[in-house]
Amino acid sequence: MVVGGGPAGIAAASVAARGGASVALLDDNPGLGGQIWRGQDRVSRSATTASWFEEINRSNVNWICPAQVFHVETGRLLAESPEETQEILFEKLILATGARERFLPFCGWTLGNVLGAGGLQALLKSGLEVRGKRIAIAGTGPLLLAVAACVREHGGEVVCIAEQTTHIKFATFGMSMLLAPGKFRETLRLGWELKGVPHWRNCWPVAALGKERVERVRLSHGGRIKEIACDYFACGFHLIPNTELAEYLGCTIQEGFVVVDEQQQTSVPGIYAAGEPTGIGGLELALIEGQIAGQAAAGKTVVHQKLLKARAASQIAVRAMEKAFALRAELRNMADADTLVCRCEDVSFERLRGHVSWREAKLQTRCGMGPCQGKLCGPATEFLFGWDADSLRPPLFPVRCSSLAAIFVNTDPGARKGGTQ
Amino acid sequence: MSENITIRLNGKQVTVPAGTSVAASMLASGEPCRTSVTGEARGPLCGMGICFECRVTINGNRHSRGCQVQCEAGMDISCDD
Repeated sequence: MVVGGGPAGIAAASVAARGGASVALLDDNPGLGGQIWRGQDRVSRSATTASWFEEINRSNVNWICPAQVFHVETGRLLAESPEETQEILFEKLILATGARERFLPFCGWTLGNVLGAGGLQALLKSGLEVRGKRIAIAGTGPLLLAVAACVREHGGEVVCIAEQTTHIKFATFGMSMLLAPGKFRETLRLGWELKGVPHWRNCWPVAALGKERVERVRLSHGGRIKEIACDYFACGFHLIPNTELAEYLGCTIQEGFVVVDEQQQTSVPGIYAAGEPTGIGGLELALIEGQIAGQAAAGKTVVHQKLLKARAASQIAVRAMEKAFALRAELRNMADADTLVCRCEDVSFERLRGHVSWREAKLQTRCGMGPCQGKLCGPATEFLFGWDADSLRPPLFPVRCSSLAAIFVNTDPGARKGGTQ
Repeated sequence: MSENITIRLNGKQVTVPAGTSVAASMLASGEPCRTSVTGEARGPLCGMGICFECRVTINGNRHSRGCQVQCEAGMDISCDD
């Protein structure tokens, strides 16, 4: 059983099927591909991407999307699709649940047309038209550059890229990319595609300004304040892994990431993790980890040395990236007293300040109790107040009442068998 | 994405390329997706099914995440409350 149909999940499912396992793959998006391969048609796919799609289509993998996994326990998981709730029994489970963006609140971030950086990219890949529009991009991490390139490809004008880290740290990141050949080529390509785009370091958002929609952004740049006119403001502060399912299963998590051994197996036997949940490493590392996990779950315990070497090289780049894009303390001042921190329950910074823990804040203010279940404000309050968002409970997402009831129903003997290996 | 389809957004007829997500069509046409608990108009944020800011009513089904659904011809989409 593989959860997540991005590169890691596709690689894991394909390789496990090749190894003779009976495999099911679930994803909550309308189609396979995850965020990075979202919305790519046959024409726009690269050779690598196309070959993975070919392999999974040729394989006997039973892939089901959209199906949102909302509960998992030993040997059993539940997923909701638009028409039904499915119970799937498994012997081995590979978690390839990807990552989401880290959002930090700043004045005006709830205005219309203020989006995540990855959020804008996902919407562009889902058909958002930006021809002739001015787009300001801010936050941190290499994703900002990829998003800017994507905007230009779609005919939009990137008015600035505001990166919060320092010149030195950014340069160190560039150097470290030399160690990862795939990433180095990608960095060079992005540099070329973004020629002429203002790219500022030591720069972060102070406020998004406008009536109903954003019209201007106010940025702090090297100690000075500047305002830039724009139609969209895309802002994201690197990525955080989706580790909730691993946490439900009791897998060890360290510094936010799922701990795995050489075979990509977590601390719980039979449960594997691949891709972003084990460390934000991007496409190449996700494909490598997916293949290793797929092999291991299908019972092939000798992992190809070439894969292990490639994984080690990518992991060095991952650690360099974490250092280069560490969040600076000034970002804690982007929100003022009235800025909403919890967007589901509209809880302001002022109302949260003074509480001592995530739990207390939840009980007193309803912070984190809306539909996103703290997936946005949890990481934000961890950064702002040092709280540990520790009260994770199923369901992972809001579901229909019938789906909720299925959690407590005894396993139906006729339940669909997902994977026997 | 060459073929165009017609949908209804908050009562207005809108034409979008086939394959466009509901969230992308709402954003492009300047329509808000939902009203927050204190009455603010909200639109898409994360684009990938996490934040629930783009939830809309699609053909009568409330609380549907617009970013996870593709527009279909004749679809009736309105602001969620």
